[in-house]
Amino acid sequence: MRWQAYHTPATIDEALALLSRYGGKAQLVAGGTDLILDVQQGNHATPQALIDVTTIRGLDAICEQEGWVVIGAATTHAAIEASPLIRRYGTALAESCSVVGGPQVRNVATIGGNVAHALPAADGTIGLLALNAEVQVCTWNGSAVECAWQPLLSIFAGPGKNRLAVNQMIGAFRFPMRTERTGSAFDRIMRPQGVALPILGVAVQVTLDENGKRAAAVTIALGPAGPIPFRATESEAILLAAPRLDEEAIEAAIVAAQRQAELRTSKHRASKEYRHEMVAVLLRRVLPKAIERAQSRSTFG
Amino acid sequence: MPMLTMTVNGVQHTLDVPAGRFLAEVLRYDLKLTGVKIGCNEAECGACTVLVNGRSVDSCIFPALKAQGAEVLTIEGLAAAWRTRQPSSANLHLHENGDQETELEALHPLQEAFVRYGATQCGFCTPGFIMQAKTLLDANPNPSDEEIKHCLKDTYCRCTGYVSIINAVKAAGEKMRTGQMPEPSLPEHVEPLHYVGQPLPRPDAIDKVTGRALYADDYWFEGMLYGATLRSEHPHARILSIDASAAEALPGVWCVLTQKDVPGALCHGLVEADWPVFAGGDYPARYVGDPIALVVAETDELAHDALKRIRVEYEVLPAVTDPVTARRPDAPVLHPDRPDGNLLKHIKVRHGDVEAGFAAADVIVERTYRTPMTEHAFLEPECSIGVPAGWNDPRFGYHDKLTVYVGSQIPYADRDQVARCLGLPKEAVRIKGTVMGGGFGGKEDIAGQIHAALAAQVTGRPVKILYTREESLRFHPKRHPTIIRIKTGAKRDGTITAVEAELYGDSGAYASLGEKVMTRATTHATGPYIVGSAKIDCYAMYTNNAPCGAFRGFGVTQSAFAVESNMDIVAEALGMDPIEFRRKNAMRVGAVTATGQVLRESVGLLTCLEKVETAIREWWREREQESGRTGGQDGASISGRHLSSLFAPLRISNKIYAWGVAAGYKNTGLGGGAPDKSEAEIEVFPNGRAEIRTSSAEMGQNLIGVLAACTAEELGLPIRNVSVLVMDTDLTPDGGPTTASRQTYLSGNAARLAARAMRERLQGVVAEKFDVPPEVIAFHEGLAYVDEARLAAVRGETQGAQNGSQHPLQGSTATLSRSRSISFAEAVKLLIEEGRSPKLRYEYWAPKTQPLGTGGDMHFAFSYAVHAALVSVDTTTGEVTVERVVSAHDVGRAINPLSLLGQIEGGIVMGIGNALTEHYIVENGVPWTQHLGQYKMPGIKHTPQMCNFIVEDPTAEGPYGAKGVGEISSIPISPAITNAIYNAVGVRCLALPVDQDALLLAMKRGERELDRRWGDPPIR
Repeated sequence: MRWQAYHTPATIDEALALLSRYGGKAQLVAGGTDLILDVQQGNHATPQALIDVTTIRGLDAICEQEGWVVIGAATTHAAIEASPLIRRYGTALAESCSVVGGPQVRNVATIGGNVAHALPAADGTIGLLALNAEVQVCTWNGSAVECAWQPLLSIFAGPGKNRLAVNQMIGAFRFPMRTERTGSAFDRIMRPQGVALPILGVAVQVTLDENGKRAAAVTIALGPAGPIPFRATESEAILLAAPRLDEEAIEAAIVAAQRQAELRTSKHRASKEYRHEMVAVLLRRVLPKAIERAQSRSTFG
Repeated sequence: MPMLTMTVNGVQHTLDVPAGRFLAEVLRYDLKLTGVKIGCNEAECGACTVLVNGRSVDSCIFPALKAQGAEVLTIEGLAAAWRTRQPSSANLHLHENGDQETELEALHPLQEAFVRYGATQCGFCTPGFIMQAKTLLDANPNPSDEEIKHCLKDTYCRCTGYVSIINAVKAAGEKMRTGQMPEPSLPEHVEPLHYVGQPLPRPDAIDKVTGRALYADDYWFEGMLYGATLRSEHPHARILSIDASAAEALPGVWCVLTQKDVPGALCHGLVEADWPVFAGGDYPARYVGDPIALVVAETDELAHDALKRIRVEYEVLPAVTDPVTARRPDAPVLHPDRPDGNLLKHIKVRHGDVEAGFAAADVIVERTYRTPMTEHAFLEPECSIGVPAGWNDPRFGYHDKLTVYVGSQIPYADRDQVARCLGLPKEAVRIKGTVMGGGFGGKEDIAGQIHAALAAQVTGRPVKILYTREESLRFHPKRHPTIIRIKTGAKRDGTITAVEAELYGDSGAYASLGEKVMTRATTHATGPYIVGSAKIDCYAMYTNNAPCGAFRGFGVTQSAFAVESNMDIVAEALGMDPIEFRRKNAMRVGAVTATGQVLRESVGLLTCLEKVETAIREWWREREQESGRTGGQDGASISGRHLSSLFAPLRISNKIYAWGVAAGYKNTGLGGGAPDKSEAEIEVFPNGRAEIRTSSAEMGQNLIGVLAACTAEELGLPIRNVSVLVMDTDLTPDGGPTTASRQTYLSGNAARLAARAMRERLQGVVAEKFDVPPEVIAFHEGLAYVDEARLAAVRGETQGAQNGSQHPLQGSTATLSRSRSISFAEAVKLLIEEGRSPKLRYEYWAPKTQPLGTGGDMHFAFSYAVHAALVSVDTTTGEVTVERVVSAHDVGRAINPLSLLGQIEGGIVMGIGNALTEHYIVENGVPWTQHLGQYKMPGIKHTPQMCNFIVEDPTAEGPYGAKGVGEISSIPISPAITNAIYNAVGVRCLALPVDQDALLLAMKRGERELDRRWGDPPIR
């Protein structure tokens, strides 16, 4: 059996009012490339109704707002990949969204869906996390919708589980538009066999100080390295403290990331030992790339 | 139900659709736009790609209501949409049976290019590829290889190997830019005849690029019902009871069929009838996927929903899930009625004295290899439609007997098995072939044919059974996983003195073709080499895994991996070059195989070795030149190195590159004493056309093009005047199974000789008209005429010295008599006026073969190939990439070089999958691999650059010298890849598919041999 109703609300209010009315028996859907497969393959109970959020006006917009880049939850991976704004200020996100599935999937799969699915290695999520992104959670209080920004990490409860209640949905994401001395990069390790998820994905963002030598800010996101997407905070601290962002600093950051990350062996996907190696391989690739990008966009004092 | 309004191919539709319907279903089933294919239902394969408001989507999981108000474009609307943008060609229209050139010009350049470049084979993936590629060319009509690969990354093809697709997309772009389409480039081949040897587009290509071709699921019958199959959850379980009452109580469910409803034989099977139509009673379910019951209902969805209401009480039995355990005396026995426990067959090759051979050897190498269970992954899941006798359908007419529509590799075997299980005489059943979306050996056994026929018989209605991808994966026979211990001994000069091997083949739950497959693995386990002595034992075992049967390569893929890996190890131990070592021992005319066959002709292996060696040397020369030009600036550590070996590693930053080589051979035809024949029927018509008919299967390999070429060649008819009918047990004589690379040889010969016999018949009547001897009547381009030069020659000869040749002079050597000629059509009319039949059948019998163990000729022909792979191994990640492949194939004669190249490229990429990506994982009898997403066949990003040579060492009996190519093209590539990995990083992969994780760790630890492969359980 499939869902018995398919709703196409025009507003967030309408969508959340519907969702609340079904009391947990309906499911929000955007591109559907995760949810529908999970339902079809029996990994998710068939909901009574699907509520398609891609018909909500403006939910697929990308814009600049008061120093933030704001991305509507129903923005597709293809739109993110193609957005000049995101390519410039959120390169890691554009890169991470450009490798998800093939073009047919990226044309429909949304960033909101990617985050809501809450996989610790989701490419788009890792990209957002490195950009210090926030998520806008919209809540239906019975008569109106209230929206509030919160840190991205706060939305994850565990592998495949988010913290959204049955009267809530994601409205948008935003990340600070760092205009100077900032660069980001994403890369991942896949295998060519029958595993859709990456063995490991890493995204970093680096902001250089005014001299262009030291880090003024660093974020390192990687996954899977635990039940939810992971920030390598110990590595970040090492890089922030380092006198220069050279090989020595990067190697020290790698050791810290390998120590802090909860790497494990997952069947037919990767061994813990291999992932341990890949943390190093990926950081060696993306950190220099992000630093280089930061330098190329710098106006040093 | 909600209303959906959308514009499809320029036409607005408003329809009621259920909320849960997907766009692909609306397009296919409601709007009958069957060019939209469904290959996986999980947005994995891309066959269902359509454009929604100009953007491509996988329509199989795209909720139809998402397309509310949208503009949808499918393959059916592509050409018209293109023509409206082309003012110059606005007056061109598609017309059925029209001139192919005119029709091609009226298509979208991508459609035209896919036809001209051979980029459509089985055609099932073609609409999706064309629609997806359109999005690229619309934005960028001059894309690079990389851009094409990025665009087509998640659109899968199992036939072409993507090379022709990449070339076709580029050619289409060029046409869009310049108005001119470039010609495809082809390997060198011998001078073609009129049609034989010409790179002609497939006869069905236009149907496939326009979405017109009808595959089984594209058929609808009035009043059609749908069947869904309940399958065993356990690898081994007795069925104690089945309670289907809740399912039967559902409105719209017609019946639930189980074993008690089978009126005839309870089991089917190609070699042994050991596979129950339904498990139950005396027949336990013997693997996860064995059928237990069939629900027949008004809709497909209802039938599948009803399955969940059937209660089966199982008695779970102990299962045996690996072939070595299966041979132990205490193992659970699958088929207690058989004499040897779980042993399906012990196959032996004995040749000379191996003990003496090893005693004489200076080097002995012994290793144990493992190959994976692999899946055909044809893009079209199995579908059968049973239509009851007496059923009249407004579109498909009256059915005078029980008819099954199915794309099957062996229509006559289907017919016989359906009849036997339904308790009917064979003549009461008809199998009618549909266009087939790939087979590769996986559509030889019975799938839904018996169930569909039975359901039609019981309900009196047409019944369609379409397998989901998950069901297809779970159900149909796979490639045998094997464990092969092989010991090779050689003298210091490189002479191989002895080969000893022990093979275990996991044949799974039923016999299928397991015995034959493992026999081929065994007899080919010396490789294409002269070996002093051999002792080979193979145990084909029953287990509670999926049955294993035919799969392109038929066992030889597996043993070649072991043989060719050992060859490289021995060569290294001897300090010999791998090609030199192979050349030293290569089969050649006069050689004797390990089964005692003397090779008397058509052994092109040495030429293949030479071609490949030259190409690798050339590659190095180019590298050296580049390196010289750039002064070593490209980072390659090549400078100063005199090419000591073609197989030396080359490091460029993190990657190490190296070539690896392997050789192989594969029999053409059944062999082993099995009578091997094909029958073809030819009919000529007073309108100047001819039709050639045989039941042999067209599954994408372009057999129909081969048959058309042979027929047109012999009759001197324009090839467009020849039609081909295949796969119909009422209208086409038995061409035998489409397996064992046999149809070009067998059915090609049957068609050729049928056409030749018809030509002789026509020569007779035309000769009478002009009062000349029959042998001077020639046929060319639809004319029958007196060849005056030939006539003069005949008259000049002494009386009675008849020319022994049956082949009259033709073509360029013939001298056309303008006064004494009539059209082919007139000739046919004369024939009919004289009361002679315009129809005849020719039964072609291949040369006799001998059973294994009796010596003599086990096979009537072998094809040979050498593959070399340039791989790169990323030393930081263990990732392996096949960068380039050079191949040479001795195929006797290229009947159609374009199709031949397609077979080669497709086979090579399938072999890359076998080495690097594919493994159907079964854990304790339960498949881990359940969806296509868990079984990755190579995608376009895995396609290497290729350079393929055709070697034509003709075999006397083959049609125009041809032998098979279907299988050999995927055989040597896997060991060529692992040999290259070894040459690059010094790790010998003993098991497939290669696991980058394990490879990297082995490299780090300095291990020289790696027994782990992807899919092995994690190390705790």
